[in-house]
Amino acid sequence: MSANLFHDGVDILHGQRRLWSFHGGVHPPQHKHESTNLPVIRAELPERLILPLHQHIGEPAEPIVQVGDKVLKGQMIGRAHEFLSAPVHASTSGTIVDIGEYAVPHPSGLNATCIVIEPDGEDRGLEHPRVGDYLQLAPSALRNLIREAGIVGLGGAGFPSYIKLNPGKLDGIDTLILNGIECEPYITCDDMLMREYPREIIAGLRVMQHALQARVCVLAIEDNKPEAFRALHDAALHEAGIEVILCPTIYPQGSEKQLIKVITGKEVPANGLAIHIGIVCHNVATALAVHHAVEHGRPLVSRYVTVTGAGVSQPRNLDVAFGTPVRDLIIQCGGDPAAVKRLIMGGPMMGYALHSHAVPVIKTTNCIIAATEADIVPPRPVMPCIRCGACADACPVMLLPQQLYWYAHTNDLDKVQEYNLFDCIECGCCSYVCPSNIPLVQYYRYAKGAIWTKEREHEQADIARQRHEFRLDRLAREKAEREARRRLKKASLAKNQDKTPHTEEAVDND
Amino acid sequence: MLAAVLSLGVLSVVFGLLLGFAAVRFKVEGDPLVDKIDAILPQTQCGQCGYPGCRPYATAIASGEADINQCPPGGEAGILALADLLGRDPKPLNPENGQVTEKMVAVIDEPRCIGCTLCIQACPVDAILGAAKQMHTVIEKECTGCDLCVAPCPVDCISMAPITQTIDSWRWPAPEKARMAGSYR
Ligand code: SF4
Ligand code: SF4
Ligand code: SF4
Ligand code: SF4
Repeated sequence: MSANLFHDGVDILHGQRRLWSFHGGVHPPQHKHESTNLPVIRAELPERLILPLHQHIGEPAEPIVQVGDKVLKGQMIGRAHEFLSAPVHASTSGTIVDIGEYAVPHPSGLNATCIVIEPDGEDRGLEHPRVGDYLQLAPSALRNLIREAGIVGLGGAGFPSYIKLNPGKLDGIDTLILNGIECEPYITCDDMLMREYPREIIAGLRVMQHALQARVCVLAIEDNKPEAFRALHDAALHEAGIEVILCPTIYPQGSEKQLIKVITGKEVPANGLAIHIGIVCHNVATALAVHHAVEHGRPLVSRYVTVTGAGVSQPRNLDVAFGTPVRDLIIQCGGDPAAVKRLIMGGPMMGYALHSHAVPVIKTTNCIIAATEADIVPPRPVMPCIRCGACADACPVMLLPQQLYWYAHTNDLDKVQEYNLFDCIECGCCSYVCPSNIPLVQYYRYAKGAIWTKEREHEQADIARQRHEFRLDRLAREKAEREARRRLKKASLAKNQDKTPHTEEAVDND
Repeated sequence: MLAAVLSLGVLSVVFGLLLGFAAVRFKVEGDPLVDKIDAILPQTQCGQCGYPGCRPYATAIASGEADINQCPPGGEAGILALADLLGRDPKPLNPENGQVTEKMVAVIDEPRCIGCTLCIQACPVDAILGAAKQMHTVIEKECTGCDLCVAPCPVDCISMAPITQTIDSWRWPAPEKARMAGSYR
């Protein structure tokens, strides 16, 4: 460990809990120091902010403003109606100039509905009521407040945080893990956040602990971030029940199930959730957002974003208002958007290439890599699998990547599921080590999509079958009804004919 | 008055009986093999196989009357699944039944619709909404793209359009085989 882990002459790692390890993992080149040399500054506000209504996992928010409306910073502009959803807030003050389809950060390059704000330059905020003492609030009221603040997992997944702050059937959970691992190369936004806001992150962690009624809190940081570790270690020094832990660097330690294994030695069952074994993980940036929402009534409207890669001359972290186009960030960091060879959102292992530099930063954007030839290894020919087993050794989930590849590539969707395709976390370790340069993860992503498509088609076919049978029944019923009416008419006609002479008789008898 | 009540009463009893009878009489007998074949067929109900819907075709396959390569919407995957189920050799789609095409959805040019209801009568899955002399609309979610409503329309206001892809329906494409793979330093 190169880091200076002695503090006032005392080994601060002394007494740290025993750590475990997970299977596999890789050590790709870090490329982290490039973006940690300059201090974090606020990114300039762009001419227009483009705010997608879908920046999280779940249902999109629904717009509650109209074109022409004036909005204040922090004002809700998209409301979440569903359980699994999150609202969207204006990230500065200004005028709503459009609600329409714009390119959003997504590997498809497709458009989605966005609210466009023209900033008025004043950045005036909405007055939010302060909560006061959150310990007096019921955990459910606290969760609601966090939901209304639009907070979602800021580590990259974007799952609405309030759901993961609910202990469910349990009275409380055992361990709350705050994830400050940031294991993917190039990304440093959590590192900078931890260096600058250690006390606020601990305060946010306390709020989360209250909501979850967690017994122990563990804040985990990789040993390539000694400054962040020391800042948090000091901030938590006199806090009972919070352990700040340094973990040896290895990718993908920041992935939830792997981190849980490292900290607790426990395995989350396949198809199970961490909470089933009494553990919940949140990201450090999410904790800070929770602190802002609860202590200052401030909704989530901005985040730290790493802008790096050889395509920018001043790689650094910026505090970015959501909706700011990626292009503006590249220019502010001394890059030429047109000269960038490949634009990656996220890291080199799990990120994806953007189709356009006009897409905005959203809640889940942690990093932009403006890559040039210097960052990209020239394409190498894909060769046949030599069954070397390197991929299986590297897989943190203990899958058999070469088998998965074989069945995905031959489109055997049943077999690929038998080999637990859906446990694959798409970490890319297998592709990284493959000597034959096979783009393994791409095959797994494709196979997952193909299976979802097939399932969807099956559901649609079932609905169509039902509707068709329903229609056949309806036609048969209508036919039967017509038939019945015809017969009845015939019968009553015949009866009337019978009756007529009878009546006459009666008259005669009179 | 009494007569009216009585005759309505009689009518409802008669209908009730008839319906009960119809339910028994027209009930599709559950043949397990036909069910299994029908579960593979795409339920487009287009009739391109030469039968008036997927289930009749399934029945014909089960009885050996029809071959397994007559359903264009099911495509190659459908034929493979049928061959697998029935233990037969797969074969290419019979060109007489049509070609595999991208799934489409019917769109009514609403201002031109005269409300004749002919398309409603043609649609096998009741995916068209509208009453006589009123504008008709296709429920996109329910439309199977069978094409059967296009021909009956007297003013040619129905056309088949490709399904628009959204972020939710988008899937990662298969990697191009034996290509070059890039990575990062
Ligand atoms: S690492 Fe590549 S070549 Fe080796 S077994 Fe896995 S897929 Fe095959
Ligand atoms: S991408 Fe999937 S198969 Fe490959 S190493 Fe990661 S978890 Fe294993
Ligand atoms: S051709 Fe059309 S009607 Fe026949 S089985 Fe296929 S989808 Fe059904
Ligand atoms: S709307 Fe037209 S194309 Fe769609 S299912 Fe009905 S008849 Fe077929």
